[in-house]
Amino acid sequence: MDDSITETTLLHIQGLSKHFPGVQALDGVELSLAKGEVLAVIGENGAGKSTLMKILAGVQDPDSGTIRLNGHTVRIDSVRTALGHGIALIHQELNLADNLDIAANIFLGREPRRYGVIDKRRMAREAKQYLAQLDLDLDPGMLVNRLPIGHQQLIEIAKALSVDTRILIMDEPTSSLSSHEAERLYEVIATLKERGVSVIYISHRLGEVKIVADRVVVLRDGKNVGGLAKDEICRDAMVQMMVGRDIDANQRRTPNPGEDVVLAVEDLRTDVYPEHPVSFSIRKGEIVGMAGLVGAGRTEILETIFGVRAARGGTVKVEEKLIALSHPRDAIDAGVALVPEDRKQQGIILEMNLRENLGLARARRNAKQGRLDKKAEQVLSATMIEKLNIKTPNDKQVAQCLSGGNQQKVVIGKWLAMEPEVLLLDEPTRGIDVGAKQEIYALMEQMAAAGVAILFVSSEMEEILSMSDRALVVHEGQITGEVAAQDLCEERVMQYATGGVKSTTTG
Amino acid sequence: MKQAMGIFVLLMVICVGTAIINPNFLSGYNMENTIRWTALFGIISIGVSFVIITGGIDLSIGSVCGLSGTLLAYLLTVKGWSIPMALGTVTLVSLAIGLFHGLLITKMRLQPFVVTLCGLLLYRGLGRYVSDDQSLGFGSDYEGLRQMAIGSIHLAGDFSIPYPIFIMVAVALLSGFLLQFTVFGRYLFALGRNEDAAKYSGINTDRMVLLSYVICSLLAGFGGMLFALDVNSIQPASMGEFYELYAIAAAVLGGCSLRGGEGTIIGVVVGAALMRVLYNAINLLRIPTHLEFAIIGTVILSGVIIDELVKRWVANRRARSTGLQ
Repeated sequence: MDDSITETTLLHIQGLSKHFPGVQALDGVELSLAKGEVLAVIGENGAGKSTLMKILAGVQDPDSGTIRLNGHTVRIDSVRTALGHGIALIHQELNLADNLDIAANIFLGREPRRYGVIDKRRMAREAKQYLAQLDLDLDPGMLVNRLPIGHQQLIEIAKALSVDTRILIMDEPTSSLSSHEAERLYEVIATLKERGVSVIYISHRLGEVKIVADRVVVLRDGKNVGGLAKDEICRDAMVQMMVGRDIDANQRRTPNPGEDVVLAVEDLRTDVYPEHPVSFSIRKGEIVGMAGLVGAGRTEILETIFGVRAARGGTVKVEEKLIALSHPRDAIDAGVALVPEDRKQQGIILEMNLRENLGLARARRNAKQGRLDKKAEQVLSATMIEKLNIKTPNDKQVAQCLSGGNQQKVVIGKWLAMEPEVLLLDEPTRGIDVGAKQEIYALMEQMAAAGVAILFVSSEMEEILSMSDRALVVHEGQITGEVAAQDLCEERVMQYATGGVKSTTTG
Repeated sequence: MKQAMGIFVLLMVICVGTAIINPNFLSGYNMENTIRWTALFGIISIGVSFVIITGGIDLSIGSVCGLSGTLLAYLLTVKGWSIPMALGTVTLVSLAIGLFHGLLITKMRLQPFVVTLCGLLLYRGLGRYVSDDQSLGFGSDYEGLRQMAIGSIHLAGDFSIPYPIFIMVAVALLSGFLLQFTVFGRYLFALGRNEDAAKYSGINTDRMVLLSYVICSLLAGFGGMLFALDVNSIQPASMGEFYELYAIAAAVLGGCSLRGGEGTIIGVVVGAALMRVLYNAINLLRIPTHLEFAIIGTVILSGVIIDELVKRWVANRRARSTGLQ
């Protein structure tokens, strides 16, 4: 990487290491960034990208290594220092006070004052200038919560510009944007580049990396595994570096679904896309992947089937029997389980221990006249901890002490205890390390082999490609395509997902 | 049990200290009265702890006490209803109040604070209106009924155990059982911690929350009747004023977190006892009664601060020990 150092090098990092209990998050990472360069940092979850960014933004301290800005070694020990050096991080989750207006957000903590009171007029005027730099024609007095999410992100960028940012770090900036908003973002990045702002761009979405990046650095298990210059950037090369192996069709599971339809969804209308009814069915032992862009309405489809979200019409049958769709309990009684997208908010109860979490769904069925069967609960948790290989000292451990992967196993265990016939999983491996991921895949396969019908939503293409017996692709609330395992490929899925081709025939 | 230990020690320290300075603390009369009032406050504190465990709050308890006490005396002495009819009616009214709160909170999605704050005003006004704001008493016709509150079992010398403590123990045992050994209790703690996750686990969270408000108002109404029977002179305008705050304070002292999902019945009972002993000590130690609120406030605040510090210390130690592994 040293060959990329030139006199325009703005940032140069050497030998950066960071150790957390149980994991070497960064191991001698090197990185350099030129003025006005857009550098994409890619890697699987747990590769060390976030740690690297947090260190640059002053959120975390490195154990060792040097950071040089314009050739001078600097120590970034707080967010304030980072901002002082012109480094700003835009988080995956936006950090705006959405009850305040645009100008107030841009100047939050640095409000211009006049005679001790906030100089609103000046604030609005300057906010307008920063917005104009991004070609945004918005009223600075507009409340942020009235803006679409894509614009909110641009406000964050405007805020970064207002503190004279030279290095802008963006962490998965498009994860909640529509494709149109994402394109807008690419334009903004190009504008920033022209102004000499350097951008470090973290993303899972390789397609957009190809669009925005001048150069790519790949991390794996906290180490540099390689880099690609602009003309070398292509999907295959990136994937190969990220995973350290070629993904090929041979690794795909062999589908072996039964004949009987277990889950039949007909003309189901969700509250987000009531104008688009969806229909599909899943057979015994089948694993169906549901692909699509974020915001396509996939989570809503699962939640409507499960009864946490009110249906606007349509029917869901499990084993030919209609379910009521009014409360999760109806779905659960019919043998449906949902592993929700937001694990910490919806999946487990962080402050409760493992045993209580694992027994929560089953408690009612095991109870005798309303009394908890504590013995059964104990047996259940011991069984699940062993079966799912949950790494914990004992089942009295509070759930928040576990790693994300183990927490997810607890959520799955909670539902395994109910012996479901249909298992719905929403982003089952989000935020989970590679090892635990494989274990969860293995579990899904085991359950399918045992006859459970599985429907999973995933935004990770590799997951869809390798785990699905069949994939349903959703675009703006509609199922725009259905692809059988032997025809599964990224191009096809992406085409349907972006609504490029409307298809009524199956692939 | 473990969580209640700290506050139990505090209770003992205050008891011993007061007894040393003023031996009257240990007199049969004083002990009996303190225990009686601990029992009465214990009952309404147990009630509010159900609501607090769900992450809610009930500010109407004092007014519900006032209304039920007023209503009981009014129905018996002014209206001349039979005892079972009057008791039944007051119980039904309390139940209806709880149901009303619960429905507004779960179905209308109103905030518990707002709903029960309005309740506080509403039931106070109703009680005063029904009774024409006249003070009421039971006279001498209801001595049998009043025994429930003022009666006691004679032990030895001038020591007796007041009846209400048996009632409170029964309520506490039943509540403890509900919270620790039933699915209802487990669900209550789960939804108090994380309502979303509880819902996604198939728990009918609305029904559980509703039930907890019903239990709270029922116990407040029941407690109100006992308070009325005990004092025998009911001022509809003031009876039960601030009781909700005493109940909430007892629950918090006893380890309930206002964030929800935490608390034990034994802790709440000890909390209620602490409140009463403190009140008693202020009188016995000849501390100017004007200082009463200030002292109670200070003790509660210190209790909560110490509890928080201990929790942090334990958490730090745990974090350090796992970090070393």
